[in-house]
Amino acid sequence: MSKMQSLMGWVDARFPATKMWKEHLSEYYAPKNFNFWYFFGSLALLVLVLQIVTGIFLTMNYKPDAEMAFASVEYIMRDVEWGWLIRYLHSTGASAFFIVVYLHMFRGLMYGSYKKPRELIWIFGMLIYVALMAEAFMGYLLPWGQMSYWGAQVIISLFGTIPFGLGEPISEWIRGDFVVADATLNRFFAFHVIAVPLILLMLVVAHIIALHEVGSNNPDGVDIKKNKDANGIPKDGIPFHPYYTVKDIVGVIVFLILFSMVLFFVPDLWGWFLEKDNFVPADPLKTPEHIVPLWYFTPFYAILRAVPPILNSQFPGVAAMGLAIVVLFLVPWLDRSPVRSIRYRGGLYKIALAVFVVSFLVLGWLGTQPAGGIYLTLSQIFSIVYFAFFILMPWYTSIDKTKPVPERVTDK
Amino acid sequence: MVQAAGGLSCGKIDCYKANTDLDNKASLQRGVKLFVNYCMGCHSTKYMSYERMSTDLGLDKELVLKNLIFSDAKIGDYMTIAMPAEDAKVWFGTLPPDLSLVARSRGKDWLYTYMKTFYADDSRPFGVNNLAFSDVGMPHVFEELEGLKKAVFKIEEGADGSKVEVFDKFELLTEGSMSAAKYDQAVLDIVNYLDYTGEPAKLVRYSLGVKVILFLIILLIPAYLMKKAFWEDVH
Repeated sequence: MSKMQSLMGWVDARFPATKMWKEHLSEYYAPKNFNFWYFFGSLALLVLVLQIVTGIFLTMNYKPDAEMAFASVEYIMRDVEWGWLIRYLHSTGASAFFIVVYLHMFRGLMYGSYKKPRELIWIFGMLIYVALMAEAFMGYLLPWGQMSYWGAQVIISLFGTIPFGLGEPISEWIRGDFVVADATLNRFFAFHVIAVPLILLMLVVAHIIALHEVGSNNPDGVDIKKNKDANGIPKDGIPFHPYYTVKDIVGVIVFLILFSMVLFFVPDLWGWFLEKDNFVPADPLKTPEHIVPLWYFTPFYAILRAVPPILNSQFPGVAAMGLAIVVLFLVPWLDRSPVRSIRYRGGLYKIALAVFVVSFLVLGWLGTQPAGGIYLTLSQIFSIVYFAFFILMPWYTSIDKTKPVPERVTDK
Repeated sequence: MVQAAGGLSCGKIDCYKANTDLDNKASLQRGVKLFVNYCMGCHSTKYMSYERMSTDLGLDKELVLKNLIFSDAKIGDYMTIAMPAEDAKVWFGTLPPDLSLVARSRGKDWLYTYMKTFYADDSRPFGVNNLAFSDVGMPHVFEELEGLKKAVFKIEEGADGSKVEVFDKFELLTEGSMSAAKYDQAVLDIVNYLDYTGEPAKLVRYSLGVKVILFLIILLIPAYLMKKAFWEDVH
């Protein structure tokens, strides 16, 4: 026995290192037909690690103080060695996280990855998405620019619309003051650097444990565990390591090339990743002309503004925005199709999914435009389309003409 | 009724394009000289230290201390100003903003247009107005260099038939010490310097980006070959 083997034996007698390695990597059998869409899970993990590591370095010089926050970010950008790179990695990483997660979720919708027995994977995933939105929202306050300040002011005031006299106390409780102020910055910092990341990490672990318990879905939606060889290994399965580790490395490098193009050449992505107004320090006395949330929130922002006030209350809009997220949790039970993958579904689901994607993108664009006139009408139309995708799902998925699902995965 | 034209990128006109070049060290050096002499009486760049600036622009620290620092500031100090904020508000009606990040919040084309479109207007406290920033509180500090211009407006018919006042052309009223071309270059130099001040990392991030991306592209080759080799037996 080599020294390394005896060392591992010593460890394994005390901690299931080899057992875990096998369970989750070298003997975790993933379907062999993963395609392009299956890169985004590992990429999301990569970006999570990137955000945590760059975040740690940012906290070494950032000052969560209304008087010093803006200057400390500029100090990082100018006077900290490689500070600009760390800051841009973090700010570009935030947007990249949402891009990757949105594509990952779209993959799930396309291949029915949320369907039985993977409902909990989807639920954990949705919780990750909600935690990510909270993380991004609170992180955006920290640079203490005009958009940080007024964006937070607007979003927190949404809680003020809660009826029965609860709204104002709740939003005050969130802010810790009557307006967004130093107390708000301090608590958002605490949530952003420790509370939400902890929750995120635990949810990611739960997401992966649930995935490895039932096994990965695939572009055909075929149950590979139904076809096992004499050793009990799925005939269409290959060990995650080394096959998907070497494949994901290729995906990671391609991702990093695209990521670097933004990071080094247009870190603000023409105002989409870093807004121009956020280079002006927060001024509680000067409201910016247009308060626009960052791009990843704009679809929901458009839905919020599409709903007209009822009985002088903005609450219906806020409720609609909340429902737009809640309804995503219900997808595993709204979908009545006997097949998982879009490959074997009928035209109805294909059209519905395509229309949904278009409505999500258009709403995202509308969220960046002033609310009024034609923009408002369009927001209303596409909000209805957005909800129709979910509300009508039990109907169109049950009457949709599906094709027979093959026994084994296909090569395509 | 005559209305002002709307929907233009720089106030009453569309922005001029500022063709500046951050690789042009001489331009940046002229820019900081002009900035310190003409702007820093009222505008600070408080996130920028003299030391960082002189290192990035390749200026000798002794020369900076002698020629660009008029106060008792030390080389490691930030480029702040002595003007009291209370006085500034009385003098200009508003506090002259810190310009560290103005190139990022306004954009360099706006800055270039702004500095080139001061015109005589007797209704304003300092006798000048600006096309890019209507009723701005700032005097035309470059008047001795550029001279003073008169703005000629014309009335045009808008798409809906309404009358719209649009800018037509400038007419020089008094000459400055610089020709139009020289003044243009001076403004470009200041804009270039402010662009640098907005994000000093711009001097290095492009070239570093090229290196990083080239490295990743090269790394992609063995990574792809490794993937192919491992997957050969997957059918």
